[in-house]
Amino acid sequence: MTGTGPTSGPPRRGRPAARRRFPWLLAVPAALGFAFLILPFLGLLARTPWSTLGTRLLMPEVRDALLLSLGTATVTTAIALVLGVPLAWLLARTEFPGRGIVRALVTVPLVIPPVVGGVALLLALGRNGVVGRPLYEWTGYSLPFTTAAVVVAQLFVAMPFLVISVEGALRGADRRYEEAAATLGASRATIFRRVTLPMVGPGVLAGAVLCWSRALGEFGATIMFAGNFPGRTQTMPLAVYLAMQQSPEGAVVLSLVLLVVSLAILIGLRDRWVGTP
Amino acid sequence: MPDRSGSPAPGRRAALAAALLLSVVAACAPVEEGADGATSTDASAERTLTVFAAASLTGSFEELAERFEDGHAGTRVEFNFAGSSDLAAQIAAGAPADVFASANTSTMRRAVETGAIAGEPEVFARNVMEIAVPAGNPARIEDLDDLARADVKVALCAEEVPCGTAARTALEEAGVQVDPVTLEQDVKAALTKVRLNEVDAALVYRTDVREAGDAVEGISFPEARSAVNDYPIAVVAESAQADLAEAWVGLVTSDEGRAVLLDAGFQAP
Repeated sequence: MTGTGPTSGPPRRGRPAARRRFPWLLAVPAALGFAFLILPFLGLLARTPWSTLGTRLLMPEVRDALLLSLGTATVTTAIALVLGVPLAWLLARTEFPGRGIVRALVTVPLVIPPVVGGVALLLALGRNGVVGRPLYEWTGYSLPFTTAAVVVAQLFVAMPFLVISVEGALRGADRRYEEAAATLGASRATIFRRVTLPMVGPGVLAGAVLCWSRALGEFGATIMFAGNFPGRTQTMPLAVYLAMQQSPEGAVVLSLVLLVVSLAILIGLRDRWVGTP
Repeated sequence: MPDRSGSPAPGRRAALAAALLLSVVAACAPVEEGADGATSTDASAERTLTVFAAASLTGSFEELAERFEDGHAGTRVEFNFAGSSDLAAQIAAGAPADVFASANTSTMRRAVETGAIAGEPEVFARNVMEIAVPAGNPARIEDLDDLARADVKVALCAEEVPCGTAARTALEEAGVQVDPVTLEQDVKAALTKVRLNEVDAALVYRTDVREAGDAVEGISFPEARSAVNDYPIAVVAESAQADLAEAWVGLVTSDEGRAVLLDAGFQAP
């Protein structure tokens, strides 16, 4: 809703913002906030045995864990887009009874500790769970301890980030463009594809990036629901945690590998699809 | 509104001064008493003993702490229960511990090597492995060989943690090839999977089976003898109250301490 007053004409000019004074009042807390976020990372860098970084990256266990992490986080994000964008659209654009409760429930995975989320998933989808038990009895299939379970755990924890960002973008978008398209005879599907999606595109992308990053770092729900087995369910955060039990240096190197690879991918995508910010 | 915001300050300041004065008086009191009675000031001062102990010791150490506090008036025992290697790392980083009790000798040896431990560690208990199965034993496990069956889902601890090393030793001793569905990060996580009936069996310590109560059944196996875990205890070098720390070690290694530990499923060393 911000900045789109109903009286302003469609083509507006931005004010000459460059000539304003530098906002020192904001700069101080902003710098403090940034320093707080970056300080632990500096601590990590200070303890890194750089010489072994390359050899670790080539170790088969590390490569397996890294590929599994990247693969599962990407599949998770794809599923979150398919399920999460429609959910966000319904929350932002429609009226139905209990919508407030639905929105609150969507954010539950953000609030509960991921390990508890993992236990909840076991109680629901495990072979002894509410849904998992009939599935196991009919088909003999049990979800925990499989790669699919890694994706399920990540989806549970990461999808709310996507839903919340996309819903925010939809609420912020100007609905008059959609109405105009409708008066010109466009079908609802066309409007969604050609008008709504391009308008909320940056919000969807931001949500997808948040979702992917959260899925990549997922630990608690994964180790509880999917367990830990190299090549099958051992993602990078799990490998980092176990490395910590023997050598903190090894854990630091693994964390850096994860960090460098994920930053490279995110920055690469940004340049390719969003252009320069 | 500068006047209003200024007015409560004097009152608050007075309260603060009074509180300060009170605390000074309170702090002085035991010293005077000690000077009169010619005994040490320690007896009346509140002291806190900080014990860093392996998570498997939680139940038995908490029970021993009650007895210790009864025997040492004015003393409180505080615990930090966690994985042994985490605790060793915390002590090496300067965490304020008086006593360290580890779930294996190798972690204690590493702590000794870093100079964090005063004196010689003493083994006070040992723990053996058991096969933990869900109540009712749905997969009808009888011995280690059953863990190799294709239809049996097994959780083991990861080899990076002590219970994983012990499990591997036992399985090698028995010559059994197990294909686990998961390598858990600690023994409690492995036990949780059994408790929720998501796996048919896990190799955990006897004390964990005992603690889990009715939800889990334990099956002992002869090869467990080859994978016994010794629990050493020692006073931390940086401890500011070595006398109290020694007294705790004394209680743990006494017959009274042993009885509590045996009750929890440990064996005598």
